[in-house]
Amino acid sequence: MKARVYVTLKSGVLDPQGQAVARALGRLGFGEVKDARIGKLIEMQLADDVKDVEGHLKQMCEKLLANTVIEEYRFEIIQ
Amino acid sequence: MNVAVVRFPGSNCDDDAFHVVGRVMGQPVRFAWHKESSLGDAEAVVLPGGFSYGDYLRAGAMAANSPIMGAVKAFAEKGGPVLAICNGYQIACEAGLLDGALTRNASLHFECRDVHLLVEGKPTPFTRGIPAGRVLRIPIAHAEGRFVHPDVAALEKEGRVVFRYVDPTGGVSDGANPNGSVANIAGTCNARGNVVGLMPHPERASEALLGSDDGKMLFASLLAEMGRRV
Repeated sequence: MKARVYVTLKSGVLDPQGQAVARALGRLGFGEVKDARIGKLIEMQLADDVKDVEGHLKQMCEKLLANTVIEEYRFEIIQ
Repeated sequence: MNVAVVRFPGSNCDDDAFHVVGRVMGQPVRFAWHKESSLGDAEAVVLPGGFSYGDYLRAGAMAANSPIMGAVKAFAEKGGPVLAICNGYQIACEAGLLDGALTRNASLHFECRDVHLLVEGKPTPFTRGIPAGRVLRIPIAHAEGRFVHPDVAALEKEGRVVFRYVDPTGGVSDGANPNGSVANIAGTCNARGNVVGLMPHPERASEALLGSDDGKMLFASLLAEMGRRV
């Protein structure tokens, strides 16, 4: 079983990296880019026999993968 | 005063903190390795700067979950003084010892230079001995020091903003803010005041030879505080 966890900055938290990327894209001629936000994708290979996989993923996010002061997360499970 | 300097893989200001406590302040000091689960007879703890665990995932995130942090949390809960410097501050926030988070500098640059700090807020073991209104000159060296907090007004009201970036005369301005921190915040403490975190490096400014010994005031304050308790 696989899981994908997406961690992104909460809206309202300044993302200077994203701003720099948006500016760089603008310089490359992509004038349609108004804003960019950078996040993380964490792919995990999980054992197939996990009982409460959603509960465990939530705990993984809360305890380590995301800092919920500034970030939010979502995940998907791929059988 | 027995001091433990916690050493994580990737700490690089651990020797500086050890030097200041041991040689400059003349106090017994030892390293506590991140895999240890006890702080022994430590009466104060320093979480030093550096790049613990290579800043993997987020600065401080991995170190916050290392075995020694359980002991540091228990120590802090009993009121033991903890000084968290730079990466140590990031670790303390990630571990929940302090509120808020430290994010990428607004400039995107690694900012490495002297800054001026106003000492304010509630008295802490590390600032009680510093005269009110005193401006300290201490270096910073970080890429993730922009402090954010969901309720800065509450933090201010509780006197938990302990250090603020100011100009040399003590004025709060955008120009004095090296990283875009909300309200120019450079350092904070927990509700009880015994855990203090700051991005600047007092251990790098504790001898006149290094250009400033203002940082020594934090360690001197701690010593006086420990004497006061005895």
